[in-house]
Amino acid sequence: MNGIHDLGGMEGFGAIDVESDEPTFHEGWQGRAFALNMLGIGILRAYNADEYRHAVERMAPAHYLGASYYERMLTGATTLLVEKGVLDLATLESIAGATIPLARAVADVVEDEIVEPAAASFAVGDRVRVRGVQFRGHTRVPRYVRGKTGVVLHVAPAFGHPDTSAHGFAARSEPTYHVEFEATELWGEDDLAGESVVVDLWESYLEAPQ
Amino acid sequence: MSGGDRIATPAERVAAVERALTDEGRIEAGTLDGLAASAEQQFDWHNGARVVAKAWTDPTYKARLLADGTKACAELGFEGPQGEYIVVLENTPTLHNAVVCTQCSCTAWPVLGLPPDWYKAPAYRARLVRAPRGVLAEMGVELAADVRVRITDTTAETRFLVLPLRPAGTEDWSEEALAAIVTRESMIGVALLTV
Repeated sequence: MNGIHDLGGMEGFGAIDVESDEPTFHEGWQGRAFALNMLGIGILRAYNADEYRHAVERMAPAHYLGASYYERMLTGATTLLVEKGVLDLATLESIAGATIPLARAVADVVEDEIVEPAAASFAVGDRVRVRGVQFRGHTRVPRYVRGKTGVVLHVAPAFGHPDTSAHGFAARSEPTYHVEFEATELWGEDDLAGESVVVDLWESYLEAPQ
Repeated sequence: MSGGDRIATPAERVAAVERALTDEGRIEAGTLDGLAASAEQQFDWHNGARVVAKAWTDPTYKARLLADGTKACAELGFEGPQGEYIVVLENTPTLHNAVVCTQCSCTAWPVLGLPPDWYKAPAYRARLVRAPRGVLAEMGVELAADVRVRITDTTAETRFLVLPLRPAGTEDWSEEALAAIVTRESMIGVALLTV
């Protein structure tokens, strides 16, 4: 989905403030929110990591940008525990004595919308182009590389395909490719020569350039 | 909606979820705090500093690390979730690497720890890929014009560790002393090391 989470290339966020030697958790609830998500995925097995990422992406955009990382994690985990029937929202709100904001519902995507790989596998050094697919569900293609051409730097082993895994469609695995895009190709500005961005892309996100 | 108009704070929301899971017998009291404490202990960026220091002092380890980061980190006991496939990016006098996750905040937990706030902030996630050299300079990484800048966006399952340049003047330092000067920021590529 072309969601608020897909931040690469956006402007207007201001300076990056690095806190030196920062603690893992700044407040106790953050550690418990992190633990809750580990519990939901790894122990209760109520949902998988791709469903989790998609639940965070489904947050209302204003809520997403206003929330800290651990509030986003908490919102994703709580949303899925409610959607999967593990917990009941009314019960949670009754315990909290206040409203508990969840993410928006999943789009009505169907399995036919998932594209098949366009070509046989690629090799290091191959030029590849990112396909212009606009999937309304979960995908890991950032907007800023769609339609762009780059060169394969590294071929990683096959991993579960997130677009299918996040929606409960038939599981499949594909190699992922570390593809290097020149910054001049991405942004069209000559003064970005000598700078590049590598994006790690599943095989079916790519095609041979025309 | 039974909660009224007020929005629960995140702390209240976690407490409500924890209470409901406990009431239903899904977890025991203290389960979440226990998981958080063990994560804090297991996922520590100082592990990555030990990997870097060993690579600087042991050429055969460095070769193994660059060939198979996952296995070489596991040699030192650093493995587990978000470390299933680690690729090490070596900085050289002519190539500078830095790592981001534009869509969420993925990082190699066993060697870099859980991601710090600045890494998870929209400003870093949005801006680094748009102006690599400029944003790095803003963060204090001043690179000569002939140094190529390569940003890696963590969009799939590979997790990345930057092997920073060993600072000049540390030629006779011990591995332990070297590990103490490696920062988490240098292993993500947003800081240069000096002594």
